[in-house]
Amino acid sequence: MDNLQVLLMGFISMVIVNNMVFTKFLGTCPYLGVSGRIDMAFGMGAAVTFVVTLSGLLTWMVDHWIMTPLHLEVLNSLCFILVIAGAVQLVEMYLRKFFVGLYEAFGIFLPLITTNCVILGMCLFLERWGVDSLLEAVVLSFGSGVGFTVAICIMAAIRENMRMSDIPRCLQNAPITLITAGLLTLAFMGFSGMIR
Amino acid sequence: MAAENATFSSPRRTFLAGIFRENPTLVLLVGMCPPLAVTTALKPALTMGLSVIFVLVGSNLVVSLMRKMLRPHVRMLMFTVTIAAFVTVADLFLQAFSPEMSAKLGAYIPLIIVNCIIIFRAEACASKCGPWISILDGLGMGIGFTLAMCLLGTVREVFATGCILGIPVLRTTAAGGWFTPWAAMSMPCGAFITLGLILALVSQLTRKK
Repeated sequence: MDNLQVLLMGFISMVIVNNMVFTKFLGTCPYLGVSGRIDMAFGMGAAVTFVVTLSGLLTWMVDHWIMTPLHLEVLNSLCFILVIAGAVQLVEMYLRKFFVGLYEAFGIFLPLITTNCVILGMCLFLERWGVDSLLEAVVLSFGSGVGFTVAICIMAAIRENMRMSDIPRCLQNAPITLITAGLLTLAFMGFSGMIR
Repeated sequence: MAAENATFSSPRRTFLAGIFRENPTLVLLVGMCPPLAVTTALKPALTMGLSVIFVLVGSNLVVSLMRKMLRPHVRMLMFTVTIAAFVTVADLFLQAFSPEMSAKLGAYIPLIIVNCIIIFRAEACASKCGPWISILDGLGMGIGFTLAMCLLGTVREVFATGCILGIPVLRTTAAGGWFTPWAAMSMPCGAFITLGLILALVSQLTRKK
């Protein structure tokens, strides 16, 4: 039962307390770039969640079953990015062939995701934190994806409302988005230290 | 397209574009993760900037040398592998010669691989231009990025601790002075807000011209 609790805590901690966007600044580019509309933001979030879970699983396996036994840790980051790029490519081809609706919903985001820092960042953090169990790795990656979705959707909702407000000209677009992000981070800091 | 050609028309323009007119962080707004994450103080910001210059120049050179061999569908993969190779070199170099910095920057050095600036320059410049222009472009962009990072790092370090590179410039209350350090500046929210204000300043200045 302890195990389940650890997994649940890990998940919550990745979604809220150690949110990738708010505490590690990973995925800031799409967070600022794609967060103009809430449906786009959700599509991006869903695609990221899917890919990060998959690549968290794959890179954990590659790291523990191939790289570590062969003492090739030096090549870890090179290898991870190849695994991620390959996985993204395969997922894209598979979706285009078998799930046309789903492909149209978030297909356009998939190529962008290869260079999304959340994905590679999560794989590297899994390695650095020394996560030993496969299940834990999958749950933590899934949590980070959900956390990213939460962050980008909140941001998109705020920005949709902000369109109606009168912002000074020099603050328009990027500056006000960054300042909003800063205030949002301040709000999420309230959760820090809750778990782990 | 016309503007792009003008940028690459002379070596000097290519070099200066990255620093001012097309500064990656302040104007183009690409590769925002490292500027926010590692600029808690000037020193990590500088280390990060130098690593990025190294990777950017190296990958631009290699991509430019193999630009005739690139095939559209594997292009991105080739860029990524080239970049990852240079990042691994930079990472190992830091681990060997500056272990404390390496520990402090942690996963953010390998994360240079997915920094949009580098892949963006490989795509926009190095895959079209010769090696000489590509090196200058990489150098210009890298210096522009480093300057922006140092600006952010300096502002945050001064307000968070009253020091620059660990040397006190403002007398803090703890040392008997007047300045109360702002803890928030060294936290994530400080990064976002400072960068937002710097961008606002830049857009204000460029608008008047």
